[in-house]
Amino acid sequence: MDLVFKRPECLIDIPFHFCPGCHHGIAHRLVAEAIDYFKIREKTIGVASVGCSVFMYDYFNVDVLEAPHGRASAVASGVKRARKDRIVFTYQGDGDLAAIGIAEGIHTANRGENITIIFANNGIYGMTGGQMAPTTLLGQKTTTSPYGRDFTYDGYPIRMAEMLATLEGSAFVARVAVNNPANLMKAKKAIRKAFQVQIEEMGFSFVEVLLSCPTNWGLPALEANRRVEEEMIPYFPLGIFKERKMADYL
Amino acid sequence: MDQNPEKILVKGNEAIAMAAIDSGCLLYFGYPITPQNDIPEYLSKHLPPLGGEFIQAESEIASINLLLGASATGARAMTSSSSPGISLMQEGISYMAGSELPALIVNISRSGPGLGGISASQGDYFQATRGGGHGDYRMIVLAPSTVQEMYDLTCLAFDLSDKYRNPAMILGDALIGQMKEPLVRKKCEPMVLPPKDWALTGAQGRKPNRLKSLYLQEGELSEHNWKLHQKYEQMRKEEIRFESFLVEEAHLIVAAFGSMARVSKTAVELAREEGMKVGLFRPITLFPFPDKTLFNLSKKAKLFLTVELNTGQMVEDVRLSVDRDAEVYFYGRPPGSLPSPEEVLEEIKKYYH
Repeated sequence: MDLVFKRPECLIDIPFHFCPGCHHGIAHRLVAEAIDYFKIREKTIGVASVGCSVFMYDYFNVDVLEAPHGRASAVASGVKRARKDRIVFTYQGDGDLAAIGIAEGIHTANRGENITIIFANNGIYGMTGGQMAPTTLLGQKTTTSPYGRDFTYDGYPIRMAEMLATLEGSAFVARVAVNNPANLMKAKKAIRKAFQVQIEEMGFSFVEVLLSCPTNWGLPALEANRRVEEEMIPYFPLGIFKERKMADYL
Repeated sequence: MDQNPEKILVKGNEAIAMAAIDSGCLLYFGYPITPQNDIPEYLSKHLPPLGGEFIQAESEIASINLLLGASATGARAMTSSSSPGISLMQEGISYMAGSELPALIVNISRSGPGLGGISASQGDYFQATRGGGHGDYRMIVLAPSTVQEMYDLTCLAFDLSDKYRNPAMILGDALIGQMKEPLVRKKCEPMVLPPKDWALTGAQGRKPNRLKSLYLQEGELSEHNWKLHQKYEQMRKEEIRFESFLVEEAHLIVAAFGSMARVSKTAVELAREEGMKVGLFRPITLFPFPDKTLFNLSKKAKLFLTVELNTGQMVEDVRLSVDRDAEVYFYGRPPGSLPSPEEVLEEIKKYYH
């Protein structure tokens, strides 16, 4: 009998701490599968950010460094500049990358750092209990936007993938979702592509993954999953926004 | 490395950059700020041909985190800045102390608070010696007073930082950074250092390494803090460095560090010419502070005059160190002007009795 589905070698055999219905576990798995696919587990260094994703060193069977809140992309750049023969990735939430760490993210992309950022966008601060994020949708109620996000007070949700795609240093920029099998397969492909871009030394690669957060959205898991399709994707369209065909140095 | 045993005439800042290269540090991350720009300028020219990396980051926040990442791979790496930039780095320094990462941070300090000015100041003593960032940690802090020491102490800082897996700081100022003096570019004997088996290099043939400062399990963080404390205690036992000048039989001892120690030394010589029994005590390690040495000195000398380019910071450590019947006086100059040796001499005369 053929084994058609198993835990990726890159994931440690322990249960995720994520809430029921949360998509972080799926995104983690896709990253692990990409690392397995390229057989780079033993040369990969992960950089954890601050938020629900901070515990990634408990799950990924690779060397992991913990960055201060928002600084993961700068930390990863430092790792990569010191060890160009290693594969370096960050896994950052929306608060981490799009709020406190937006400067580091933009400049990392602009320098064309040959690293991969997996950007987990669920439009809310999960770890701290459901506060407004830079990607919280207009009208969305959170613990710090109790009347719903209002652009006159809070500005608009930031589309990170589109923004980073404008930078010359970006080699691959995509937005994906994992809310249904079709989207999941595209997400898997995009994450794999991002690592491939790094392996081929093409430059900065970035995959934004839209995730559900049932707990802090205050929705049952299925409804939260549906909200990704009905509310998030219309504002955060899926697709590839930048795909460099060859490296700058070629 | 090209090491010239002959004397060359260089700026203090350049001496630091040369020492970094001679110590095997080929990774530099920084952001421009006066009065330390000679360091990034020198390294931006000299690191790439050596196969090193130089990044002019978008901020000091990025610089310190690039440094954190590079250091995590076990490579020697550094940043440099000046006071306002060092303030921005405090978060990263706290994380490095918590994650037990070695690195060199150079502060060619200027004056504050706020934007302050670019003149020499010793106003960052508290920030440097008390940790600076959040949490219960310390940095190894070395205070050079000559261009030669800018070189020698930079080499030492890399070794101490590796030895203790703890960030180390060179605390200089505009005076020593911008001044040119003869330098012998000869690296000190390297220490025998522990292997960096903690470094992140990819989990090949071993379990994954983790570098982190988050400890949430019951008792874990308390244990981690005590472990860090043990390192600081070991530093206090093994790494104290100071210079004492004419302190034996001295009646009054001037205590000063860095640039102020040079002005004070001349003042001590002038006082001796006038027949006063005056000596100079210059801490080279500001952390660990040479408190026991000062205590021993204070058994005989009962008068201390601390001279600083601020309104009184190291004087607190001097007061904590000396015997209870010793008298500790202070002469401070906030940024803007430097005292002449004659002015320091006047202060000595005020308290010498």
